[in-house]
Amino acid sequence: MIERLLAVWHARNLEFVRDRRTMIFSLLMPIALVVGMSFIFGGKERPFFKVGVIAAVIDKQAHPFLSERYVEFVPITDQATGLRKVTHQQIDLLLDLHGTTRYWVNTDSPKGYIVEKLLLASATGAQREPVTGAAVRYVDYLFPGILGMNMMFSCLFGVGYVVLRYRKSGFLKRLHATPLSAFEFLTAQVLSRLGLILFVTTVLYVGIGTIIHFHRAGSGLLMILVGLLGALSMVAMGLTIAARFSSEEVVGGLLNMLTWPMMLLSGVWYSLEGSPPWVQRIASLFPLTHVLNAARAVMIDGAGVAEISTDLIYLAVTALVFLVFGAWSFKWRYD
Amino acid sequence: MNEPILEVRNLIKHYPNVTAVNGLSLAVPEGICFGLLGPNGAGKTTTIEIMEGILDATSGEVRYRGAPLDQRFREEAGILFQKTALQDFLTVRQSITLFRGLYSRGLSVDEVIRMCALEKLESRDNRKLSGGQLQRLLLAIALVNDPNVLFLDEPTTGLDPQARRNFWELIQSIKARKKTIILTTHYMEEAELLCDEIAIVDNGRVIAQGTPRRLLQEHFEEVMLELPRRDFPDSARTLPLRIIDVAERTEITTADLDATLRMLIDAHVPLSNLRIRPANLEDLFLELTGKELRT
Repeated sequence: MIERLLAVWHARNLEFVRDRRTMIFSLLMPIALVVGMSFIFGGKERPFFKVGVIAAVIDKQAHPFLSERYVEFVPITDQATGLRKVTHQQIDLLLDLHGTTRYWVNTDSPKGYIVEKLLLASATGAQREPVTGAAVRYVDYLFPGILGMNMMFSCLFGVGYVVLRYRKSGFLKRLHATPLSAFEFLTAQVLSRLGLILFVTTVLYVGIGTIIHFHRAGSGLLMILVGLLGALSMVAMGLTIAARFSSEEVVGGLLNMLTWPMMLLSGVWYSLEGSPPWVQRIASLFPLTHVLNAARAVMIDGAGVAEISTDLIYLAVTALVFLVFGAWSFKWRYD
Repeated sequence: MNEPILEVRNLIKHYPNVTAVNGLSLAVPEGICFGLLGPNGAGKTTTIEIMEGILDATSGEVRYRGAPLDQRFREEAGILFQKTALQDFLTVRQSITLFRGLYSRGLSVDEVIRMCALEKLESRDNRKLSGGQLQRLLLAIALVNDPNVLFLDEPTTGLDPQARRNFWELIQSIKARKKTIILTTHYMEEAELLCDEIAIVDNGRVIAQGTPRRLLQEHFEEVMLELPRRDFPDSARTLPLRIIDVAERTEITTADLDATLRMLIDAHVPLSNLRIRPANLEDLFLELTGKELRT
């Protein structure tokens, strides 16, 4: 028995060592994860308070308050966005240093109360603008993230592995012998998966929403549009990855390399506000980031089409680019 | 002679470290069953896949009705690969319907089901079919566009003798509809039964082409004497005869049957198990290449 076991063990080891692409993924993935996580979660201690400053870039010299420790200062491009965040207690205080120092504080927020004291210690004449509003519960923030993450896994793995299986079994080769084009095949896959994802996401949205009453400020139709374009972009991304490869390990490695960073950096669990600019730049490349930005804007802030148009355009354009690239690089045969 | 429906001109296919097809040319007249014969590794499947338009040649060309392979060819060709998987969880009818939807013209699903005797299986999951039933389904899929040219790549390999004979009957019914069939096979009985014309391929080239009867007449005026190898003593091997061993039998090729039999009797070779037969395609292949068809 031991001989048989060793023979199989040895053959499998040879297979693993000789499949260089698999070995590279197996080694690189954990290294990349450790390095990535250390960048994201490492460094200085997390601050206690978050203060929005109306400015493109924060200049620490502009006001002594900006040098306070344990306070995270995040740039806010416009007053309306800042006010919305204070109202929903997504930031503890909003500060405007243009001309007379003004600040907005949510009188319902305990953290706002404390950080206001800190501000007044160095800005005694600052003009106070009180606002009120209940905090956005974490569950309200998390819910779109969970839906988006579920959608991402379904899009990428559900489509990528199916195409790979079709290729390995020879079914794609048989389809290739018909008048069917790669674009037609891929589009059919996209539409099929899209319908499934929209159905599942809608059931989850309505079903869970009935049990736990979520904050739903915006249009349900707009949420469907966000889901549709987001799923389209991510399904097309999954197809692009599966377009050429015949190895489960390679496709699995590539899908993991995409899903893990998206899960960590797209704002599924927490806001990326205040994270290093390079992290935000990388995050802005992921379709999931745009899905979640748009979904939260609609659900929490009641945003309309115009306010989320940048995200919608990004999702539509990436869907088209991935689909065209996938069709161009598509391989029917298994080597 | 009919105009060729398919022409292959100086086809070459290189893979890393191997040349699978090496300057192969042939022409397939319309309305016949054309056999592509050769041992494993001769380049048959590579050739047929290039002819089907699913594999690119390194050089050379394939022409369908005088033009390079295009969308029209895909609409008008039916293909049965050596190995094909179908989409899981589909019934026989649903599998045929899927492929029917990919063509702009063709037969009705019911007609194809009837042609391939699949009526009793049409609701069955395609994963639960036997080997012969699956081949009939794959043939039905290949026929769904009512093709002008039908490619069958070793269609009966792995089938039991009964299923193979059933499949031959199906192919003969398709032949009766004046379809052009291109068949690769290891089975000489199959080739002799179905093919109007054959090309013998070896080392990526056609080494002979014509009707089986003409090729046999060209290469053989002799008959074959077959004896079990155990009945053929070593002392008889020195006789001035063309003697070869094939598997468990010894074959003697001769144009003078009387003289050969006399020599064998004089050499005390037991003749109780002697079989005399005319030359067949396997002999032809052996004659031309020195190899057995199935290696």
